[in-house]
Amino acid sequence: MGGFKGGGLSMGISIRSLTLNEYLLPGNASCPGCPASIGLRMLGKALEGRYVLVIPACCSTIIESPYPKSSYGVPVLNIAFAASPSAAAGVKAGFEVLGKGDIHVVVWAGDGGTADIGMASLSGAAERNDDIIYICYDNEAYMNTGIQRSSATPYAAWTTTTITGKSEHKKNLPMIMAAHRIPYVATASVAYPLDFVVKVRRAASIRGMKYIHLHSPCPTGWRFPSDKTVEVGRLAVQTGMWPLYEIDHGVFRLSDICKPLLDKRNRKPIEEYIKIQGRFSSISKEQLAELERYVESLWNEIALMIERSKMSEGGC
Amino acid sequence: MLKQLSWLIPLLEVVELSYILPVSKPSEGASGFTGIWRSFKPVIDVGKCRKCLLCWLYCPEAAIKRVGDDHMSIEIDYRYCKGCGICANECPFKAIIMVKEG
Amino acid sequence: MAKTEILTGNYAVAYAAKLSRVQVISAYPITPQTSIVEKLDEFVESGELNAKYVRVESEHSAMAACIGAAATGARAFTATSSHGLMYMSELVWWAGLGKFPLVMAVVCRALAPPWSIWSEHNDVLAHRDSGWIIFFAEDNQEVLDLIIQSYRICEDERVLQPVMVALDAFILSHTSMPVSMPEQSDIDEYLPIPGSRRKPFILDPDDPLTHGNLTYPEYFMEIRYEIEKSMNSARRVIVEAGRRYGEITGRYYDSLVEDYRCSDADVVLVNIGSSSGDAKEAVDLLRDEGYKVGLLKLRAIRPFPFEDLRRICSGKRYIGVFDRNYSFGYGGILHCEVSSALSGIKVPIQGFIGGLGGRDITVDDYVWIFKTLVDMADRGVEPKPPLWVGLRGVV
Repeated sequence: MGGFKGGGLSMGISIRSLTLNEYLLPGNASCPGCPASIGLRMLGKALEGRYVLVIPACCSTIIESPYPKSSYGVPVLNIAFAASPSAAAGVKAGFEVLGKGDIHVVVWAGDGGTADIGMASLSGAAERNDDIIYICYDNEAYMNTGIQRSSATPYAAWTTTTITGKSEHKKNLPMIMAAHRIPYVATASVAYPLDFVVKVRRAASIRGMKYIHLHSPCPTGWRFPSDKTVEVGRLAVQTGMWPLYEIDHGVFRLSDICKPLLDKRNRKPIEEYIKIQGRFSSISKEQLAELERYVESLWNEIALMIERSKMSEGGC
Repeated sequence: MLKQLSWLIPLLEVVELSYILPVSKPSEGASGFTGIWRSFKPVIDVGKCRKCLLCWLYCPEAAIKRVGDDHMSIEIDYRYCKGCGICANECPFKAIIMVKEG
Repeated sequence: MAKTEILTGNYAVAYAAKLSRVQVISAYPITPQTSIVEKLDEFVESGELNAKYVRVESEHSAMAACIGAAATGARAFTATSSHGLMYMSELVWWAGLGKFPLVMAVVCRALAPPWSIWSEHNDVLAHRDSGWIIFFAEDNQEVLDLIIQSYRICEDERVLQPVMVALDAFILSHTSMPVSMPEQSDIDEYLPIPGSRRKPFILDPDDPLTHGNLTYPEYFMEIRYEIEKSMNSARRVIVEAGRRYGEITGRYYDSLVEDYRCSDADVVLVNIGSSSGDAKEAVDLLRDEGYKVGLLKLRAIRPFPFEDLRRICSGKRYIGVFDRNYSFGYGGILHCEVSSALSGIKVPIQGFIGGLGGRDITVDDYVWIFKTLVDMADRGVEPKPPLWVGLRGVV
């Protein structure tokens, strides 16, 4: 059941310490139970309004509400689908030259605009180490246009363009970003909002490109009841399918809640995560076994990264 | 009848400054009184509530307000609550029940 | 004291950007624009120009970064050509429709296949509907002057639209010409303080605004009409900016067109770009022989100079339009626009196509064009489908 441990784990910040101000205003256009909404609210709590958002085409473009009103209480530059990282780089360059370099520039993009159409622009921003915070809220498909698959859709998941289940594995965005040697890469989940807040604040304290990948279970697209959003996100972490970690200046740091999961006996069986989601309702035994192999390999990789970090003593 | 028309009300506040530019101002209820979307509404049992604030933390809509002098009491803004049920599902003390609307 | 330098068109662009004190530069190299981005990098790295240079990985990202910078109120600049312009096309429209004041130099180059690096106007003209103000330069002096004026025009509160300055590939970009460089102090006075712009919109956490969110049909047309209003105001702003520029430098740009010996001409040719210089020479040669011909050079094609065109062309015996472009299945793009602009005015209009892919257009070609027009006027012949100039193997 979650309880206190489920929500409030991390490094000394309490729920009570979060600001009362809301930067995502109620009465917006998100689906009931939307994880992007949770994410946007928590982003606001983390940075307390001293930031601007650059948003490419994605669900959050619609959650924004239509003209002449906006549901976002911070400045927003909407931009074309593939252009968000470079637009953000331009915004930051403009702020710096005008002496306003203390304003954080945050890209809030879906998995489509990050992993697929925006990949080149993202890689460019990472290589240049542009001073932006890039947050990919990952609902694992092109949800805004009606649940078509993206490269971030997991293996065996149903989408409208993979109706017998996706035959490719999920593209490992965080590791791709880490390979660019940017100063900060992190994975987070809307089921662990305080952990996300801590990671956003850590990112905000670093100069250079910061990338946070926020796992966002979508009731509408993953086919589960709207009250289970946080529960599904928690199961993703507890089964090991979504490890929470940071790579901070090259040092791999597994988040506390995930440390027990290095031992596979502590990982919940992935059936618990799968059976709650309609998008996996037709999963075969072979596909399930493949998913289990995928989780194994994820955690073997993590174990290696921990070893390597211990050896290099924080070197990049 | 009135409930069906209530979504119009926020739209009447057209912002003159940004009228001819593709620029919008922040506003609560920018997509209307989204409370009318719900089929189930969350009801708090104050006796069971331990003020852990998890419901406030998780509410996607920011429809749960922290009220009272110490901002530790919980109030739901039913104008905007979409009835997703996350608060009820996450409450460790079963202090929130989802009740069928209407 | 203004100094005269020998500059290529590309260097004229770079120096103009430096004189304009641009603050954010974001560009991707493409032949024949590369020396612009290289020269600007020199200026930035040496400290001569205090700007942020975002070395993007594509033209699409270049325009995105310029839009981002313009959204903070900073003065942004980019340059591209041909396929680069086509690759950033989505965002060229974004900048025009979103009212982001910025300036872009485009070195006009043919589109592929087949690959060509030489001069043609289709790349720029393909974006004429996007809400950008578009200038074509005749020589490197105009290149420098137009870029500087473009900042004054685009940042004017009555306009607030981005501006494109087009220069022909190799003919201007890589050819050295004497260019008079104004004093930095004069340009500092001529242009607003860089970064002081707050209109039409800037990203400011103290006054949060959302730019570009979903807009239902009931509001959309008014937003588009605002751009049309800006374009109409631009006609006056361009003239004012050009007049003020003339007061500082002695070179007046107080018109959207250049009227070269048209007032007493019987036959007028409409032309844009660098070949206008050769056309003017042809006019002079023919005038010496007794022909009454004139050249109407369009400096701005957006906003389109309807009034100047109608005023200069009415009462002429024949009008010619020279297109260094082609709209397949139709004809020359300018021919189409000029014909439409002159509708209701009883004057025959003949189109000419030439110079595609950088094919040379010589003074002799223009002499042939003018003589053809005079001949058609004398014989009272109706206009024919566009005549391709210098096409081999075709009658």
